[in-house]
Amino acid sequence: MINKFWLVFIVSGMAVAAVTGRMDSMTQVILNAAGRGVNVAMGLVAILTFWLGIMKVAERSGLMRLLVRALRPVAKFLFPSVPLDHPAMSAILMTMSADILGLGNAATPLGLQAMKHLQELNPDKETASPAMCTFLALNTSSLTLIPTTVIALRAAAGSLNPAMIVPTAIIATCCSTLAAVVFDRLFRYFNGRKTGQ
Amino acid sequence: MMELFSVVSAWTIPVFVTAVVVYASWKKVPVFETFVQGGKEGFAIAVGLIPYLVGMLVALGIFRESGAFDLFVELLNPLTSLLGIPAEVLPLAIMRPISGNGALAIATEIMQRFGPDSLLGLIAGTMQGSTDTTFYVLTVYFGSVGVKKIRYSMAVGLLADIVGFLASVAVCSLVFG
Repeated sequence: MINKFWLVFIVSGMAVAAVTGRMDSMTQVILNAAGRGVNVAMGLVAILTFWLGIMKVAERSGLMRLLVRALRPVAKFLFPSVPLDHPAMSAILMTMSADILGLGNAATPLGLQAMKHLQELNPDKETASPAMCTFLALNTSSLTLIPTTVIALRAAAGSLNPAMIVPTAIIATCCSTLAAVVFDRLFRYFNGRKTGQ
Repeated sequence: MMELFSVVSAWTIPVFVTAVVVYASWKKVPVFETFVQGGKEGFAIAVGLIPYLVGMLVALGIFRESGAFDLFVELLNPLTSLLGIPAEVLPLAIMRPISGNGALAIATEIMQRFGPDSLLGLIAGTMQGSTDTTFYVLTVYFGSVGVKKIRYSMAVGLLADIVGFLASVAVCSLVFG
């Protein structure tokens, strides 16, 4: 899909340039944009290095365990079909905690672990179970407290207050996560009625 | 409202960094050595982003400088003005569920063009930071356990993305507009 978008950007751009007589500046546009791409990446080195270091410390300290305890009642409500003492539950809780803390590197392996355990509980191995759908609804909308990469990007672009988007991003991420949970329940309800489950 | 947000955002990172370091040393983690170990990945990740950024910024540069983007904005104007969405962030909204790094490059372009602290720059940052790449997450997670029928997951993911996108625009316009 991304291939098509890329193609559309380039081909439609070039076509319009040909019609409007801007073809002579296109080579310069390409070279400038490529240079900016490298500059942006280099601008990210400093902040990414610092942040990944801090994240490693957070991960090693077991900060996630504090969140896990707080999230247990929420998970119990969201995943009624998963027994509380099943390994799937603790993997789900760890993934949610890592996501909230913005520990992207840690979240993916934990999430895959959770999927593996959810598959053990799944009667039909080829079809997504309701718990899996809920888990991925949470994951695709990703409840994150500190969007680190964006903060780094804003700093690299010369923002006066790079963390300015933290409160707005928290509100937006809460909206989308809440929407994900509600839609997931609605779809499950209507889906269940249709298939007679 | 704006002042409250400035204070919250100014304090978030310093408080988080301090809390992490203090909690970790209380838990007997060798904080500096662990920090260095984690920080080593920073350079590799930034360098790994170069092809994504170059490819996407070049394509977007062509799309914009040729005048194609203005046409696109004009074409969608009835729809975007109806919904109250700035057309400039529409490509970001479309790319966000498809490719995380592609969207990152588009957000970068918006911030560089309009300034990271402009309303458009803030909306772009909020949108990029508030959701994950739906297609990627579904492909990787379901793929890892061999589930083929993903039922309504795609619909839920994309609907949530639309809500997050509209919320980003609304909140930013309200706070920073």
